[in-house]
Amino acid sequence: MSKNKIIFLIEDNPDDELLTIQALNDNNIINEVIVAHDGVEALDYLFGSGKYKDRDINITPQVILLDLKLPKIDGLEVLKRIRTNALTKLLPVVILTSSTEEQDLIKGYSLGANSYIRKPVDFEQFTQAIKQLGLYWLVLNELPYSNKI
Amino acid sequence: MALTKTILLVEDNPNDELMIKVALKDNKINYDVVVAHDGVEALDYLFRTGPYKERDKDIMPQLILLDINIPKISGLEVLRKIRENTPTRFIPVIILTASKEEKDLMYAYKLGANSFLEKSVDFKVFYESVKQMGIYWLGYNATP
Repeated sequence: MSKNKIIFLIEDNPDDELLTIQALNDNNIINEVIVAHDGVEALDYLFGSGKYKDRDINITPQVILLDLKLPKIDGLEVLKRIRTNALTKLLPVVILTSSTEEQDLIKGYSLGANSYIRKPVDFEQFTQAIKQLGLYWLVLNELPYSNKI
Repeated sequence: MALTKTILLVEDNPNDELMIKVALKDNKINYDVVVAHDGVEALDYLFRTGPYKERDKDIMPQLILLDINIPKISGLEVLRKIRENTPTRFIPVIILTASKEEKDLMYAYKLGANSFLEKSVDFKVFYESVKQMGIYWLGYNATP
């Protein structure tokens, strides 16, 4: 597994953040995980503004794990911005949420989410879900090298 | 939605068709696998035309595995039609192809493919990726 494939986790709940990182580590997924705790921080990272203004924005994550209920800018709005920017429009976005609302599911896919995972409440199941998710998006899924068509 | 769980496999290569079916079955992914061998057949199945005009309209696949280089209508064109039509627009589409052409990759994502997998020439690797693909999309991914 390539170490320089970055996982970008957008998650405001510290418990879920810890659990997700723990589950990745436990399954030997040693990729760098960058965490944003709200929608503004997420967009700052992706588009190189705010505290990330000196970052090389051409380094894009292999997968974005996106919670929906986020402070400042919500997850669906973040997704919309990801899909309308040439730099990020083709990046895989997996919505990872505790929401059970059908509307979130429909809106998520309508805005271009690649996948939608409901966070299992059970610890073991959560760990298992993160493992499968990590293996799938970091090892199996193929991405284009550039975004220019 | 009817109870029957179906995967639509759009694949013109009989060896790949067999391998994919075996990998799914071995891993207890007990879905009906409907196979379309070209783009026209795939669209006929999904939109109930041609030989499929009598099929049960309530049965829609939970997952579509789509090869790109297929006869008659290309996989990318099939994908475009899937995403344009209400009954099919939210069905996960996984591109499964031997050619990892940069242009195909970009167009596939641009047209709304959920994921893109390269068919490995190594049987074991291909088998394992089909297995993981099945576990992820049928076991964890949620759809409307």
